[in-house]
Amino acid sequence: MMYGSRSNFGWGRILAVTICALAASVAPLPEPLELMRPDFVALTVLWFSLLSPRLLGLSYAWCAGIALDGFRGVLLGQHALSLVLIAYVAAKLRLQVRAFPPLQQSAVVLALLFLNEFLLFWIDGVAGHPVTDWRRWIAVPVGAACWPLIAGIYSRVVGRR
Amino acid sequence: LSSHDADPRPLLLGGPALGLRLIALGLMAGGLMVADHRQHHLSAIRDWVATAAYPFQWAVSAPVAAWAAMRESFSTRARVESENVRLAADNLVLRLKLMRFESLEQENRRLRAVRESSARVVQRSLVAEIVRVDLDPLRQRVLVNKGTRAGVFRGQAAIDAHGIFGQVTRAGPVSAEIILISDPEHAIPVQVNRTGARTIVLGSGRSGLLSLPYLPQNADVIVGDLLVSSGLGGVYPPGYPVGKVTNVVRDPAQPLLAIEAEPAAALDRDPEVLLVWFDREVVEPEAAPDPAAPASATASEPASAPAVAPPAAEDAR
Repeated sequence: MMYGSRSNFGWGRILAVTICALAASVAPLPEPLELMRPDFVALTVLWFSLLSPRLLGLSYAWCAGIALDGFRGVLLGQHALSLVLIAYVAAKLRLQVRAFPPLQQSAVVLALLFLNEFLLFWIDGVAGHPVTDWRRWIAVPVGAACWPLIAGIYSRVVGRR
Repeated sequence: LSSHDADPRPLLLGGPALGLRLIALGLMAGGLMVADHRQHHLSAIRDWVATAAYPFQWAVSAPVAAWAAMRESFSTRARVESENVRLAADNLVLRLKLMRFESLEQENRRLRAVRESSARVVQRSLVAEIVRVDLDPLRQRVLVNKGTRAGVFRGQAAIDAHGIFGQVTRAGPVSAEIILISDPEHAIPVQVNRTGARTIVLGSGRSGLLSLPYLPQNADVIVGDLLVSSGLGGVYPPGYPVGKVTNVVRDPAQPLLAIEAEPAAALDRDPEVLLVWFDREVVEPEAAPDPAAPASATASEPASAPAVAPPAAEDAR
């Protein structure tokens, strides 16, 4: 009964969650909040990589990254590369991280989000469009702070597998 | 708990497969980036992605737009009446100005004909609505709902009711991305209206702030000076307001002045902008800052209406 949906892994829900994350990352917000907006797509990719890596792995991270590049109108492949890398690190660390208490999990997520943002920052610089404003880093700790909430919601909606 | 028995997926993952996939996907992403950045081979794919993303972006902005429309339709009669009175008064003032403007325009044309220089005034304009999505909080860019099908081309100037707004950086079939004059990567050649001094205004990354870093200490600039576009570079039509000087710092230790200005256009509040076509016959001494603009304008020509042909043909020249 509990595992009745195993034959279909709930692709509808996964798609819905992905679309919601993409929408949340471009939805209009007032200016001060806009800078604090966590990277929802990165958090989604991290959740799948840490808690359900058997369900969705690196290919999912890549596709989500390409979609985000398309919506944001930035260099195609930029988010794809950074998300694939953090998904890889997360999948490698997942057995340790899953045993961590929530606060410690947030710390790992903070490090991974920082890595993600750093890669984006780096690619921006190499491509010749650097954004050196310090405010780009605000979203990283905000995202880590949102982690318990996001993880809770996803565990309910998608379920651990 | 015994569910794993019947589960065909591997219990352990990782190992070489994960690393291989990382390398493969990483190389794919890297290849895409290089192709996109270096060779610009991906413009067809980009257009396709932009077109696929547009309905989604529109859907994201729809609730905000619907809320605004609802507030509009439920606005009280008194508010509408007071707005009407205000608009009528505005209209009267504008008409008075226009009366003078028309005779001045005629005179200006005559004088320019005498000097054999062409008057570069806006010939055609197109209203484009801004799609309310946040592309990137640190880059000042907006998405509008008109693209190459409406004749929009890369490097086209966008203006709002108060002044210069920005220029088109990417034109997809049904949508276009505009870089605002306040983007840190944007520069626009201007003239100080009072003195005629030419300089360049850079964006700052904040919507209400522009900077003028290239004026020497002895330059005659005071707070309140109006900056208008000079038309050099050929992207923007000349004579349109860009901003107003709000702060001048004269530090004798520095060779150049630190000047701040406030954009004339309502960059963060506009619901729509005007995309303009103007006569670019005069060949300026400086090259256009966007070398790809004429090429993409010619490329967009077949898709655009015949009415757009004159400016596009001039771009190609």
